[in-house]
Amino acid sequence: MMRAILPHPRLSLMVFLLWAVITNAASLGVLVLGAVLAIVIPLLTHDFWPDPPPLVRPWRALRFMGLFGLDIVTANWRVARQIIGPLHRLSPAFVEVPLDLRDPFIATLLGSIVSLTPGTVSIDVDQQRWVLLVHALDAPNPEALISEIKERYEQALKEMFAC
Amino acid sequence: MSAATEAIIAALIIVGALFALLGSVGLARLPDFLMRLHGPTKATTMGVGATLLASAIFFSLQDSEGISLHELAPLFFLFITAPVTAHLLAKAALHRQSSGRNSGQPAQTGEQEPGPH
Repeated sequence: MMRAILPHPRLSLMVFLLWAVITNAASLGVLVLGAVLAIVIPLLTHDFWPDPPPLVRPWRALRFMGLFGLDIVTANWRVARQIIGPLHRLSPAFVEVPLDLRDPFIATLLGSIVSLTPGTVSIDVDQQRWVLLVHALDAPNPEALISEIKERYEQALKEMFAC
Repeated sequence: MSAATEAIIAALIIVGALFALLGSVGLARLPDFLMRLHGPTKATTMGVGATLLASAIFFSLQDSEGISLHELAPLFFLFITAPVTAHLLAKAALHRQSSGRNSGQPAQTGEQEPGPH
């Protein structure tokens, strides 16, 4: 019964919270409309959604988001210096990061995280070989970049989602 | 609103604007397409993030209507859509490269030296 109305509880929660945040008001009518949207939108878009693995460690996820925020700030300073500084010192490189995780949704999440961190853009997830192709603005040592992505982000994602 | 909070808000706006500018400078200065992609990703994360944070603090303190959270929405949407854009642009670039005259493998194009700007 619950499953029929809310096939994606997390997505519904997300829609509801976003609605509350966008409207920036907490009157009853607004919240009821938000609840209706939170039920109708996941039902209409049901076929598009993969079934992501359950989030088993929500607190770990919150801590990870904090860490990710800090990483964005530090990486921003680093890339800012690189952009202003002499460009011939940069060594851009394609790096293939072998993945341990085997879930398309989590791999997409990892790719987005890598792209949002300045200095690296993820280009492709090869689902045959499970390799994430990353372009780095300055990677004099590709091995270091690979282990950084794997230890900082992939390991954390695997722990959070238990996959 | 105290002078200290005003100073924080002003600093955040300046930092945000500065990073948006740096993103554009990167776009103009960096030598090849894939390196140029790195400019806009910083502008969206840091530039927009700092500006929106300043806006959230300002409107939360300005009047007594409670805290202002709708700045979170654009931040959330940008964080979801920015990687998709970068991903598609990078894929398109690789596709053009491999079907064009200089049909290099991705691994080879990465080795090339950034030319003079």
